[in-house]
Parts: sequence; structure tokens; C-alpha cells
Amino acid sequence: MIVAEQKPLAKVKEMLEGYQKVLVVGCGTCVTVCLAGGEKEVGIMASSLRMATRLDGRSVAMDEVTVQRQCEWEYIDPLRERLANYDAILSLGCGVGVQTLAERFPGKRVLPALNTKFMGLPVEQGVWEERCQACGDCILDLTGGICPIARCSKQLLNGPCGGSQNGKCEVSKETACAWQLIWERMSALGMLERLMQVQPPKDWRTSRDGGPRRIIRDDLRLPERYEE
Amino acid sequence: MTTISSNGYKTGSNLERVLAAGHFAVTAELGPPKSHDAEVVRKKAALLRGCADAVNITDNQTAIVRMSSIAAGVIASQEGLEPIIQMTCRDRNRLAMQADLLGAAALGIRNVLCLSGDHQSFGNHPFAKNVHDIDSLQLVQMVKILRDEGKFQCGDEIKGGGPRFFIGAAANPFGDPFEFRPFRLAKKTAAGTDFIQTQLIYDMDRFREFMKRVVDMGLHEKVYILAGVGPLKSSGAARYMRDQVPGMMVSDTYIERMEAVVRDIPKEDKKARAAAWRDAGIKICVEQIQQLREIKGVAGIHIMAIEWEEAVRQIVEGAGLMPRPVIEG
Repeated sequence: MIVAEQKPLAKVKEMLEGYQKVLVVGCGTCVTVCLAGGEKEVGIMASSLRMATRLDGRSVAMDEVTVQRQCEWEYIDPLRERLANYDAILSLGCGVGVQTLAERFPGKRVLPALNTKFMGLPVEQGVWEERCQACGDCILDLTGGICPIARCSKQLLNGPCGGSQNGKCEVSKETACAWQLIWERMSALGMLERLMQVQPPKDWRTSRDGGPRRIIRDDLRLPERYEE
Repeated sequence: MTTISSNGYKTGSNLERVLAAGHFAVTAELGPPKSHDAEVVRKKAALLRGCADAVNITDNQTAIVRMSSIAAGVIASQEGLEPIIQMTCRDRNRLAMQADLLGAAALGIRNVLCLSGDHQSFGNHPFAKNVHDIDSLQLVQMVKILRDEGKFQCGDEIKGGGPRFFIGAAANPFGDPFEFRPFRLAKKTAAGTDFIQTQLIYDMDRFREFMKRVVDMGLHEKVYILAGVGPLKSSGAARYMRDQVPGMMVSDTYIERMEAVVRDIPKEDKKARAAAWRDAGIKICVEQIQQLREIKGVAGIHIMAIEWEEAVRQIVEGAGLMPRPVIEG
């Protein structure tokens, strides 16, 4: 899932400076599961902002709504008719959700209440960890299901570097060395010989720096789209 | 264009000639200054002249910005040293690296050491974005393609042939997982490494075990292995390396010896303590070199005495490795 965390309340309050009527929009998918932007968090965020702005001597009307998925038009379109009542939307969605709202409602100011952090999983209650950087060319078959792009500080394809010690990364004792994990996993699978191949430089074209990436599946496109 | 007569050598660099002739090689290290002061490089070069077959010029060592290794390397060669320019994958992508390799070759540099690079969080720009477009093994491959195929990494031909570098890489016998370290060395060798310089050795038993495995795999016949040594500066520095530096191991014996030499010197007498530590550090280093010469597969030593370049001459002399050989042709 996409994992996010809330911006500090003071920062959110600062963004809302000058707005009188705000619609706080949560998302029922990833950010609900990671407890950052679901219905419950929307309620707490709106209440906290009401209190905080009142303490400043301002009165900001704050309504709450949580859609099932902020990142699809069909789930946010029903908001359209209500929007005339608000001068800003505060999104508790991930960065995709914020942009989906802004793109669909270009006349409306849309503000982010979350920092979108990564794609990952909860490794224990209250702790989330990154697992994928969406490089666009998965190599998990080569590395025993452990991603060095997301989990090695240097994104080495032929690790570990010399800084790996006692299973930890040189950057932090809190961080597991991805290549130690890869070694252990491949060892347990009896596939160490696979690690002996020198992995060639990565083709980063599938990853960052090329503008927004797209997937086009003609088998799923609607006929009228072909004509556009 | 700079042309280099190969005479059967891969590059004809002094380091390659010394190693090919079967001499026990000595390399040292020169850290460029955090300024554009060429004089600093010249002074350090003077301390190292005649003591080493080639000298590593570090590349933004520990992720701290310094004079570029190629520029400092050129100054060092003007002062009579043969530079090994270090190149990390942290700060440049494959385009910049190849451009710098062409430039280095044009300026007469013939040795390059390919490294991943310390993480930027250790340096003075922890907010910087790292590159790691390729890793150190892939850098070795790239330098080899430039040299042996006369091509850029993309396959385009280099007009007039590729730059010729004697290709170095690092190995850390003290990193984990230990069992994989000889195999990673094998990978580096397969990628095209000509010489290896190891991490600082302060755990001789572990290094012996590492070399045993390396020799069993026959790697010492495919790549020259230079064992990394450096004089300890104090017992505190030794403890710090043992406890705080990732990928380092320091035997208690060395720490105890460094502690013992200052036991009878009062704490206030800092000068006397420093002198005692200096002597002991150099003595231990010389002993280590003698031990390393006995280990099968060790082709030479790499002395890392950063910001203590004065020590190198004493160490090389003490180890009986002076004068350095001169190979004609």
C-alpha cells in the first residue's frame, strides 16, 4: 500500500490561512489502512483545526467527507455539487489523491494534509517500512524477493558494499542490510550461485526522470478513446 | 591525443609494471584538500615521493567535498607520483564518469580505483541526492569496456581507441556476510578488476581466513591483491574504529598495545603521549606488513595514513621495502 503520515498540525493550519470554509476529504483506501487519512483521521484533523483556529480568534467552517478512493474520478465526482460551498479542499489522501482532486476540480484550491512516504507494509503495529520504489522493471526474481532498489542505501545490484556489518547497513544501525537479507534468503533457497552473476547496469528508463510514466492497455481502452 | 606504449602491458602504468615484475607493491594514499590550494597537494606529494609505486587520490572521501581526484592527481604526477584516481558511484552518473575518465586519460592518468562511495549521510552535505546510477562492479566493467573494446558503455565506438586504465577495486574482508566476501571478490575479478586494495586490516586472523578462501578459489592468480594497512593514531582512535566505523574490525591486541604505551605517561603530558602513540602505531604497522608478506596471495600493501602522510616513509623503510623498484621499458 501507499504509506503516508500527517503533516504537523501547525503546518496544515498555516496552509489554511485566509480560507473560511474548508472541506476535509479523506480516502478509504491505502491511507485508511495506514491510519493517516481515513474517516477517523479526517474527524480528528477537522476537530483539531477547528480548535486551533478558534484559539487564534478565527472561525473556520470545516466539513468532513471520506470517499472510498480519492485516486479515481468516479469516486470524487459526487463531491462536485457540494464544492460551491467551500473555498478550499484539504485532502487527507496521498499525493495521487490530492492531484486527482486538483485535476478534476481545477477552480478549487486543493491542499495536502499528508506527506506521502512510500509503498510498503506494516512490519509491526505502528511501524511501516518501504518495500518498493516502482522502478518499473522488477528484479525480485534475482534477489530472493528482497528489493535492493528500495532497501539498499546505495541501490547496489551487486552488493553488499563494505559497510555491511552484523546484518546492518552502514548508514544506520536501525536499518537492515538488504544484501545481507538477500544473501540469507538465497542461501536458504540453495540458490547462491545466482548471486555470482555480475548484474549489468540498470536501465532506469522505466523509473524516474522521464516525466509521468504511463501504462496503455489497448485491450482495455474504450473504442471512442482510439479516435481521440 | 595522449598515446601510451603498452609493451604488452594493459596500460604500462608504474603500478602495473611493478606488480607484473613480481615485486611486492606499495601504494599509499593522498587526500586532496578542502580547498583549491595546490600547495597542499604538493606538500603531501613530497612526503610520499619515492615511497610508493602509486598513490591513491581520494574522491570526495567520506562524502566531504574536496578538490577533485583527477585535478589533485595531475598535480601529484607533476610532483613525481603516479596517481590512482579514486572514482565513486555516489556523485556522478555514467555519462559524467566516462567524460571524466576520458579527461583523466588525456591528462596522463593510468590507474583508477572503482568504488561505490561512502554514503552522503556521513559527509558535509547529508542533504544531497546520491546518484548510484551504476555500482562499483558495473563501473569496473565500464572502464574495461572503454579500455579493451574501445567503446563507451552504450556500445558506441571511441574514435582513436579507448583510454587505458589499470583497473582497481576495493574489497572488505571485514564486512558481512563474511562467507560472501571472497565470492564478491570473484565477481569483481570477473568484471575486469586488475588490482584490489582491501579495507584497513586490524584483524589478522580474519584476514588470513579470507585470503585462504581467496587462494583456494585461485583468485590471487587472476587479480593482484594489495592488503590495506594504516598506522593507528591512538588507543581512542582504535576503539572508535572498532566500535563506530561500519565494516571495520579491530583486534583487542592492538587496542591493548596502544593503551600500554601511554600507561606510564601522565594524561597532562599530551605531547609525550602522542609521540608514544605515533611510535607504537608505526611499529605495529611495520609488524603487520611483515605478517602480510607471509600470507599467500598478497601482492603488496596499500598504506592509508590520511592526514599523516609523514608516517608512510617510516613505515615503508621500517618494513624494508625501500628503495622502490624502477622498471624500465
